Amino acid sequence: MTVTARPPEPPKEGRRRGGAALLDAVLRFRALGLVVALVLLVATTWLANSRFLSAQSVRDILLSTALTLLLACGMTMVVVGRGIDLSVASVLGLSAFGTATVLADHPGLPVPLAALVGVGIGAACGAVNGVVIAYGRVPALVATLGTLYVFRGLVYFLAGGSRISAGELPRGFLDFGTARVLGVPWLFLIAVAALLAVGEFLRRHRAGRDLYAIGSHEEAARLAGIPIPSRLLLAYVVSGTLAGLGGVLYAARYGTVDASAGYGMELDIVAAVVVGGVAIFGGSGSVFGAALGALLLTVINNALPVLGVDPFWQRAVVGALIIAAIALDRLVALRVAASLRGRDADVH
Amino acid sequence: MAASRPNPEDHAPGSRTPEGRAAPEEHGSETPHDDRPPPPVVALRDVWKSYGAVAALRGARIELHAGEAHALVGENGAGKSTLIKVLAGVRQPDRGVLELDGAATEFKSPQDARAAGVAVIHQEPALFPDLSVAENVFAGRQPRGRFGRIDEHAMRERARALLARLGVPLDPRRPARGLSIADQQIVEIAKAVSLETRALVMDEPTAALSGPEVDRLFSVVNALRAEGTAVLFVSHRFAEVTALCQRVTVLRDGAHVSTGPLAETTVDQLVARMVGREPDALFVRPGKQRPPGEVVLEVEGLSRAGAFRDVGFRVRAGEIVALAGLVGAGRSEVARAVFGVDRRDAGRVTVAGRALPNGRPRAAMAAGLALVPEDRRQQGLVLAASVQRNATLPRARQLSRFGFLVGGAERRAAREWATRLRTRYGDLDDPVGTLSGGNQQKVVLAKWLATGPRVLIVDEPTRGIDIGTKAEVHRLIAQLAADGVAILLISSELPEVLGMADRVLVMREGRLVADLPRETADEERVIRAATGQEAPA
Amino acid sequence: MSTEAPSRATRAPLRDTLRLPRRLAGWDAAVVVLTVLTLVVASGTVEEFGTTRNATFLILDLAPVLLLALPMTLIVVSGEIDLSVASTVGLTSALMGELWAAGMPLETIIPLAVLAGAVLGAFNGLLVTVLGLPSLAVTIGTLALYRGLAYVLLGDTAVADFAREYTRWTIGSLGGGWVPNVVPPILLLVTVFAVVLHATPVGRSLFAMGANDTAAAFSGIPVERTKFWLYVIAGAVAGLVGAYWTLRYSTARADNAEGLELTVVAAVLLGGVSIYGGRGTLLGVVAGVVLLSSLQNALRLAKVSADALTVVTGTLLILSVLLPNVTAALRARLARRAARAVPPPRGPEPPPPGTRSPAPEPTRRDGTP
Repeated sequence: MTVTARPPEPPKEGRRRGGAALLDAVLRFRALGLVVALVLLVATTWLANSRFLSAQSVRDILLSTALTLLLACGMTMVVVGRGIDLSVASVLGLSAFGTATVLADHPGLPVPLAALVGVGIGAACGAVNGVVIAYGRVPALVATLGTLYVFRGLVYFLAGGSRISAGELPRGFLDFGTARVLGVPWLFLIAVAALLAVGEFLRRHRAGRDLYAIGSHEEAARLAGIPIPSRLLLAYVVSGTLAGLGGVLYAARYGTVDASAGYGMELDIVAAVVVGGVAIFGGSGSVFGAALGALLLTVINNALPVLGVDPFWQRAVVGALIIAAIALDRLVALRVAASLRGRDADVH
Repeated sequence: MAASRPNPEDHAPGSRTPEGRAAPEEHGSETPHDDRPPPPVVALRDVWKSYGAVAALRGARIELHAGEAHALVGENGAGKSTLIKVLAGVRQPDRGVLELDGAATEFKSPQDARAAGVAVIHQEPALFPDLSVAENVFAGRQPRGRFGRIDEHAMRERARALLARLGVPLDPRRPARGLSIADQQIVEIAKAVSLETRALVMDEPTAALSGPEVDRLFSVVNALRAEGTAVLFVSHRFAEVTALCQRVTVLRDGAHVSTGPLAETTVDQLVARMVGREPDALFVRPGKQRPPGEVVLEVEGLSRAGAFRDVGFRVRAGEIVALAGLVGAGRSEVARAVFGVDRRDAGRVTVAGRALPNGRPRAAMAAGLALVPEDRRQQGLVLAASVQRNATLPRARQLSRFGFLVGGAERRAAREWATRLRTRYGDLDDPVGTLSGGNQQKVVLAKWLATGPRVLIVDEPTRGIDIGTKAEVHRLIAQLAADGVAILLISSELPEVLGMADRVLVMREGRLVADLPRETADEERVIRAATGQEAPA
Repeated sequence: MSTEAPSRATRAPLRDTLRLPRRLAGWDAAVVVLTVLTLVVASGTVEEFGTTRNATFLILDLAPVLLLALPMTLIVVSGEIDLSVASTVGLTSALMGELWAAGMPLETIIPLAVLAGAVLGAFNGLLVTVLGLPSLAVTIGTLALYRGLAYVLLGDTAVADFAREYTRWTIGSLGGGWVPNVVPPILLLVTVFAVVLHATPVGRSLFAMGANDTAAAFSGIPVERTKFWLYVIAGAVAGLVGAYWTLRYSTARADNAEGLELTVVAAVLLGGVSIYGGRGTLLGVVAGVVLLSSLQNALRLAKVSADALTVVTGTLLILSVLLPNVTAALRARLARRAARAVPPPRGPEPPPPGTRSPAPEPTRRDGTP
C-alpha cells in the first residue's frame, strides 16, 4: 500500500548531548543569577546604609522570609503538578484568626494544641481545594480563585470587624514568635525545616516525583499508572497545611490579628515561586529555587525603603518580577527549541 | 482457532530470569507439532468495540506467541489502533475475550495490561520531557532504598545497564526533552524490558525513523524476541514487516480477515485481503482528462529550517500533481508553508500571478488557494462546533451582509454543500465530532470547496475513511480537476498517487528529488526516488 | 445565538424555528430563569428591593461589572483570560486623579483614561500573543503590576472634588426619573458586543479559536492578531470603567475596584461561558451579572453582612464549573453502566453494529463505517 522501504541516512550521532547541556546550563544559570542578584542588591543597599546588615535588620529579613518561604514550599508542590493555589493567603488569614481566637478564648490551652488547630484549619482548606480540583476536575485557577474569596469571606464573617490584640494572647505564644536559637529566629528555622522536608519529598520520594511527572505530561502519567487525583490532592493539602502553619506563625509574630491578615500575599508567593524558576506550566523547578525567590523578594521589600525608594513600588516590583520571570523562561525555551531544530536542519 | 484450554500448570510461563523474562518456549512459531500447543501469551478472541454509532472492531482476533513477531496490517481505519488500545488496557471491548496464557482476563486500565506483561510502544512515545531518561524508564516505580527514599544511584545504574543491553548508550541523567523519536522509542523499550514485559506491542514505530534507526530498533526487537518476548508489529511498510515478522494478521473494517505465516504470503495477497478486492481494480481516475491549462500555482526556492529546502514546482489549471514521499519527508510542511499557516524562511509562492505574502493564510485564500489539511481532527475541524459552523468557517465574511451574519445564510450554504457532497449528518447543529470519519472529511472538503478555490491542496484526503467514501473523494477530486482547478495531492498511498495524478513529485528528506510524468511513474520508480536507493529518473 | 433568533424565525423553515427552545435549554437559559426568579422573590420578600430608588442604585452598582464582563466574555470564549481588568480600573482611576490634580480638564482626562487602558491591555496582548505566554500567568503579573503602579501614583491618598457636572451626570437619572443616565450608553455597548459575538464573522472566529486554535488558524483566522485586539479592547473598556468608577464615587484612589476581577470572572462563568473556551452566550453573561449584583444588593438590604456575599460569590464561581462537570461524569457513568448491562459477554450471534447503545465517550473515532 504505502511506500515500503526506508531511507538510508547518515546517523545523527554527536548532537545528542547538546540540548541537554544547554538546558542544564540554563537551569543552573537561573539559580546562579538569583544568587548574584541577591548579592548585588544586598551589597548596594549595605553601601547605601551599613545598618542594613545589622543583626536586627537581618533578623527582620529572616522573619519576613519565613512566612513567604513556608507558603512558597506548598505552592511549589502545586505548581510543579501544573496547578496553582491562589487561596494560600486567605487560608493563612483564616488559620491566624482561628488560632488567635482559640488562644484568646481558652487562655489555659497549651500552645502546641492551639497551633494544631491552625494547622488543621489549613489542612481542611487544602483538602477542599484538592477535592474540587482533583476529583471535581475544576481548573485550579477557578477553584482557588473561588476559595480565595470564600476563605477570606469566612474570616471576615467570624471576625465581624473585631481584632485580637497581643494582650489577649498568652505570653508563651508571643515569646515563641520572637524567640531565637543562636540568634536565628525560631520561625525561620521552622520554615527551613519545611523547606528541607518538601525538598526531600519532591526529590527523593515517589509521590514527589509523580508530581513532576503529572506536570510534565499528564497523559503519560496516567498511562504510567500514576494515581493522579490522589497526588494532586496531596499537593493541595500540603499547600493548605503549610499555609495553616503560616497562619499560626503569623499570629505568634505579630500578636495582633484581624480579618485582613496576610491579605494579597498570594501574589508574593506566586512571584517567589515563578522567580525561583518553577515553571508555571508545571514539571520543572525546585523548592530551593523558590526559596531563593522568596528571599530575593523579601530583601527587595526591605531594601526599597533603605534605598530611599517609595515603598509603594513594592507591589509593582512583584508584578514586574512575575512577568520578567515567565518571559525569560519562554525566551530560553524558544532558544533551546531553535537550536535543536537548527541541528536537525543540517541533514540533507 | 486454538480454543483448547490447557491446564495452566502445564504451561507455566517458564522460569524467570533475574530480568523476569520468560524463557523461550518450546513450540515453534510456524509449525506447532503438538495437538495441544502452548497457549498464546496474549490473545483476543471475537472482540467488538464501538465508539458511538461507529463500530471500530467487529469480531477481531489475534494471538501473540512467545518468541514470535506477529505483524498486524490493514488499511487506515481498519481498527488496528483500537485493537492496540484494547491490548493496552486503554479501551475496554464491548464484548469478546482477552486471554492471558490461555485464561480469560480483563484489562480495566493500562496498569492491568502492564502488570500482565503487555507493553505498548506508540508511534510517538509519551515521555516526560522534564524528567531524566532514568526516571522515564522507572516512572512511578523507582527503586527505593532506606526510608522509602528513591535510590538515585541504583536507578541510574539500572537504566544504564538496560540501555547498554539494548546497545544504545544514552546518558540516563539527561532529560528526555530533545531526544530524537528513535531514542524516545528506545527509552520506551527500556521501560518495557524493565517491566518484565512478555508481549511487546509496537504501533507503527518506524514511521518517523531513518534507515539506521530502523535497523537499530529491529536488532533490539529481535534480541528481545530471541529471549522469548512476543511481539506485535503494526506497520504500513511491507519490507519491514517481512524483515521482522513470522506471522501476519490482516484486519479489514474492524473484522479479522486472515492469519498465517508470512513466508507463505505474497505482498499482493496481503494487499488484496486488506482492501477486499484486487489492487488493480482500485483508483482509476474517472472522467475525461483535458490538456492542462496555464500555470496557477508556482512555488520557487521554498525553504524552512528543519523541514524542507529549496522546493520548487508548478501546478497548472486542471492538473493533478501528486506529492509523494515517506512520512516525514516534509510534504505536509511544504503544503503548510505554501498556504501560509507556517512561515517560510525563503522562497516565493505565486497563485495565478499574485505573489503571496509570507505567513498570511487569509491572503492565500483571497488569491484562490485552499488547503485540506492532513490531520482532520486537529487542523481540519473544530470538533466541538456544529457541522454548519465548520462548513462555513472560512467563508463567514463572504456570507455576511454588511458585516453581519443574519438570516440563515450560513445554514443555507452549509446545507447546500453538505448535500452536494452527500454528507450524512443528523442535524446541521450537531457537533461535527459526532460524525463518522468519512463524513467528517466531507465536511472539511465542503468547507474549502465552498470557497471556490483555483488551487486545492489536499493532504492525505482519504486517510482513515471507509472505502466507499474514498472512491467518492477520488471522483470529486477528478471532477474538480476536470472543472479546471489546479490540484496538489499529498498522499502516502501509492495506488492513490498513481491512479489520480498527472504528474508525481517525490520528496525525500526535505528535498524535491523527482518529477515523474504519469506515463513513466510506477510504483518502483516512486519508491526508489522516495528512499534514495538509486539515482531517480 | 439568541440574537439571531428573530430573523431566522421569519425566514427559515419551521424545522429551524423549532430548534430555538432546544438551543436555549442550556446553562445560560437556566441562569436567565434563575435571575428572573431572584428578582421576583427578592422584590416580594426583601423590603425596599423593589423600589425604583433601589433599582437606580442596583444599576449604578452593576454597571462596572457588566461593562468589564463584556470584553471578558469575548476573551474567555476565545480560550484566554484576563485577571488584570480590575487593576487596570484602579490604575486608570489613579491616573485620572493625578491628571485632575495637575489641573487638566475632564474632557481631556476621560479619553486619556480610555487610551491608557487600551495601552495597558495592549501590553497584556503583546505578552500573550507575541511571546506566547500563558494569559493566566501574564495577567496575574499585571494584576500586581498595574495595582502597584496605581499605588506608586497616588500612594494611600485620594483625589476628590471632581467637576460637579460630571459626577452629577454619572449618578443622575434620565429626565429626573429612576433610569440612570448611564443606561443608554451601557445598553449600546451590550448590543455591540452581543452582535459582534453572535452575528459577525469575528464572533464566529472567536468561538472557533476557543475550541481549537489550530483548526482556526488552518481556516485562515488570524488567531494571534485577534487575541491581541481583544486585550486592547478589554483594556479600553477597563479605562472607561475607571473613569466611571472615579466619577461615580467622586474619588480617585489606588484601591478602587480592588478584587473586582473575581466578580467579573464569576459572572462570566456563571453565565455559562466555558472556562475552556469555545462556548457561551452574551445573554447568559448579562443574566449572570444581574443575578450576582441583585443577590448582593438584596442581601445587603436584608442586612446580611457583606462578607457573606464574598462567600456566596466564590462558591457560585466554583459551582458554575463543578456542577456541569459532576453531572457530566454521573451521566457518563450511568451510560457506561447501561451499556455494560446490555450485551451478554459472549453472544452466539453478534448484533449489527448500528443497534449498539451509543458509548459515552465521543473522544476518538477510527473512521470505520
